[in-house]
Amino acid sequence: MSSFRRDKKEDEDGGNMFVSLEKTTILQEARKFNDTTVNPRKCTPILTKLLFLLYQGELLTVKEATDVFFAMTKLFQSKDVVLRRMVYLGIKELSCIADDVIIVTSSLTKDMTGKEDIYRPAAIRALCSITDATMLQAIERYMKQAIVDRNSAVSSAALVSSLHLTKLAPDVIKRWVNEAQEAINSDNIMVQYHALGLLYHIRKTDRLAVTKLVAKLTKMSLKSPYAVCMLIRITAKLLDEEESLNDTAMIEFMEYCLRHKSEMVVYEAAHAIVNLKRTTSRELAPAISVLQLFCGSAKPTLRFAAVRTLNQVAITHPSAVTACNLDLENLITDSNRSIATLAITTLLKTGAESSVDRLMKQIATFVSEISDEFKVVVVQAIRALALKFPRKHSVLMNFLSAMLREEGGLEYKASIADTIITIIEDNPDAKETGLAHLCEFIEDCEHFSLAVRILHLLGKEGPKTKQPSRYIRFIYNRVILECPSIRAAAVSSMAQFGASCPDLLENIQVLLARCQMDSDDEVRDRATYYSNILSKQDKSLYNNYVLDTLQVSIPSLEKSLREYTQGSTNQPFDMKSVPLQAIPTSREEEHHKHKPDGMLVSAGPIKAAVSNKQVNYAEKISELPEILDMGSLFKTSEVVELTESETEYFVRCIKHCYAKHMVLQFDCLNTLSDQLLEKVKIQVDPSEGYRVVQEFPCPKLPYNETGTAYVVVEFPEEDLVGTVGTFGAVMKFVVKDCDPTTGLPDTDEGYDDEYMLEDLEITLGDQIQKVSKANWQVSWEEAEKSFEEREDTYSLSTFNSLEEAVKNIVQYLGLQPCERSDKVQEGKTTHTLLLAGVYRGGYEVLVRAKLALSEGVTMQLTVRSADAEVAELITATVG
Amino acid sequence: MGMLFSYFKSLLGTREMRILILGLDGAGKTTILYRLQVGEVVTTIPTIGFNVEQVTYKNLKFQVWDLGGQTSIRPYWRCYYSNTDAIIYVVDSADKERMGISKDELFHMLREEELNDAILVVLANKQDIPGCMSLKDVHQALGLEALKNRTFQIFKTSATKGEGLDMAMEWLANALKNRK
Repeated sequence: MSSFRRDKKEDEDGGNMFVSLEKTTILQEARKFNDTTVNPRKCTPILTKLLFLLYQGELLTVKEATDVFFAMTKLFQSKDVVLRRMVYLGIKELSCIADDVIIVTSSLTKDMTGKEDIYRPAAIRALCSITDATMLQAIERYMKQAIVDRNSAVSSAALVSSLHLTKLAPDVIKRWVNEAQEAINSDNIMVQYHALGLLYHIRKTDRLAVTKLVAKLTKMSLKSPYAVCMLIRITAKLLDEEESLNDTAMIEFMEYCLRHKSEMVVYEAAHAIVNLKRTTSRELAPAISVLQLFCGSAKPTLRFAAVRTLNQVAITHPSAVTACNLDLENLITDSNRSIATLAITTLLKTGAESSVDRLMKQIATFVSEISDEFKVVVVQAIRALALKFPRKHSVLMNFLSAMLREEGGLEYKASIADTIITIIEDNPDAKETGLAHLCEFIEDCEHFSLAVRILHLLGKEGPKTKQPSRYIRFIYNRVILECPSIRAAAVSSMAQFGASCPDLLENIQVLLARCQMDSDDEVRDRATYYSNILSKQDKSLYNNYVLDTLQVSIPSLEKSLREYTQGSTNQPFDMKSVPLQAIPTSREEEHHKHKPDGMLVSAGPIKAAVSNKQVNYAEKISELPEILDMGSLFKTSEVVELTESETEYFVRCIKHCYAKHMVLQFDCLNTLSDQLLEKVKIQVDPSEGYRVVQEFPCPKLPYNETGTAYVVVEFPEEDLVGTVGTFGAVMKFVVKDCDPTTGLPDTDEGYDDEYMLEDLEITLGDQIQKVSKANWQVSWEEAEKSFEEREDTYSLSTFNSLEEAVKNIVQYLGLQPCERSDKVQEGKTTHTLLLAGVYRGGYEVLVRAKLALSEGVTMQLTVRSADAEVAELITATVG
Repeated sequence: MGMLFSYFKSLLGTREMRILILGLDGAGKTTILYRLQVGEVVTTIPTIGFNVEQVTYKNLKFQVWDLGGQTSIRPYWRCYYSNTDAIIYVVDSADKERMGISKDELFHMLREEELNDAILVVLANKQDIPGCMSLKDVHQALGLEALKNRTFQIFKTSATKGEGLDMAMEWLANALKNRK
């Protein structure tokens, strides 16, 4: 429609001046800005065109931007209001590209303090966009005045700009707390909201200060509904971080907000309460009844908000949401399809098995009418349903495959494929049908990444089915029809069949031989590689080079190889020196899924992937002066807190394991504003056999900053069992009292002090890296010949269920569960857990734990390892 | 015929004259600008960038650019040279130590081709401060005798007291009028 309209415009003799803009033409036109007398009637449209181009994503070079920026500064001589405001917009857009933008500082400062009210807020915003940390000092006074200005637009502009500036110069903005405090008392709803935003942002790293802020403001009854909403979010965040819901004042505030006169606030409170981690039925009931009320509201927005919230919490609070079932049933026929979708999917999540068929039929009637985003919601509901009612898989699978055949974007298709894969993995009965659907899907799939994933899955799962040969045709079709990346994936997939199914090997070899004539390098390389390995007829070769892929961390491998090629050593490259890929734990995965709560988090960069984190640590450690050469980092364990969270000093420890050493990294935070700590050293009292090799104290620890001290210990050489132990730890430091506002010490003389930390445990898990084995059983059989074996039986009386035992064993040993053996089927009394990993130094470890439930859990543990001592160690420390 | 010609000439004469106020930091440029514009002494802070104002003197309209004089800002002066009719160069008469720097900046600027036709007014400012350099000393210290092919004049002023500015502007207005 819009393109049609544009065409029409074009026909009308160039009616729309924005249709065919050229960067060079506009930059040429912008020279008009340099004329002695500025003509606003001519300059304003030129500037508009320039902005339009920038908003369209047109890129200017630094020189182009600087030239046009300086030309634009000439426009300050005009008193034309419209032109001046365009100039502000121009400055903001160009401030990050052009050089020397500080040239307009004085002019903007004048406008922000001047009499012309219409200039002031925009001038503040433009000024803050050109200011850097050093220039900020110069305008600080004006910013403080602007925050408390009587004009609400000025005050709001100053507050929001300050919030943006905290990224640049957090310390300067911290000094504006008093002004922000004053602005929070404003009668203007926006000013109050923005002031709270800034105050919270300044204090958010200091839990105690936030708690105080919340306590004060919840009593004050803020006028602005926006501010109240924000306060609710802050409160909810505090409550979630606390150990238990014992802060009645905060809970009461939330409940009070449920009766607020603004619907927005009421909804926000209800939403916050149902999403609290530890909410109980007492708090839940009033919140749910509010949402239930909203479900029947005449306003579609309220109905949508309510049903969406119910949908999100349907899994965590099924019984509470079930109470709204009647209302949700009514919403199924809602004329707004988004609301209807959410209502149905909520019902699916909470409903009984008997209602599934009926609801699925109902969705099918309108699934083609809703947007991709909501289709994803439907798919997620189906996934939950499939996990809950495995017997319904055929209905759901048919529905999913029908959805797969329809048009849709990558995200939508990926979520369907994901769901089918989850169902296949979880439910053996559904495997064959699921794979068949996926095979059909890749016959006509426009998304490369999805096709590659599915081919990989077929390679993994296909050989284990009853009739592997039927998949080969689907896979080989890809080789004939698709682009190089998919062809390459298909070759790998076929090789898996060749390695796992001896009867198919001959046929696979024929196909691989054909692939060696492919036009693409990668496809040919893979075909040659696999063809060669498969022709050797050697099980262990298959196992190591076809079925199990590379286990090392790719960034580390890249780094090691780079170093190797630059070095002048004649020795061959040792693969064992490359750290293994850390397998993300489920907790970290959840963390990635957790979406930031828009308003409270000033969008920082998304946390780097786990493997990169380890590389970063390794780099930081290797930069320490005179650190020993310990080889490459083997494993970094999870963070352990050595203090309570609300103490004077907050210390966390991260253990980095090397082949013969362990580096203890202590991140210390000083939460006392009137103290400056110096020469902060952690003194550890290691268990027997350990030797402290090096210590790196943290020279200075000012208030609210995190400093790091390191201790390097050497593992006991002889006695491996002794590597598991407990270290005492004391933080020793010199205290200097200082002025809380400036952070400068009062005297040069400090005094020694120390602070007891909690004991630090070195566990077996710290020394073991997880490795996933696609085909554990084969590795196990192979290990029988070459590896040392130890076996022992234990009685684990503290566990009451197999799940609990499995979870604890996995956690304690730090090994990777293989072949989905960490999932215990319900109702069974015996279970076999299969684990794999590598001990520091590169010794492979395979563990089989046979568990039986009978008044506690009995476990028979068999360990196979390349090193006898390691096997000994594992059997010795369990128990 | 002559009547008509002078009519056109007067029309052209109403074109805004473009004037730059330059000089080292702390010479008093911003104070002079606002003294000219509103006739009062305003409190100023170091100019980071520029101020631009319209000044009317004896029915003549000037567009006056006051550019910051800090070392970091001086390189940007050149961005504002084009179409300049006159330069007011301000010197702090009490700042004997930096007179040399001031001279270098002045001659560096005058070498620019874009300013070839610009009229130069030098203001020996801060004459109210005891012990400051006299007009003659300033003239000599700046090496103004070396100037050739340029309409220029030097005046002693005190921007805070408002002395000498009138005379300088009077001369400048006449010089601009008489320019071919």
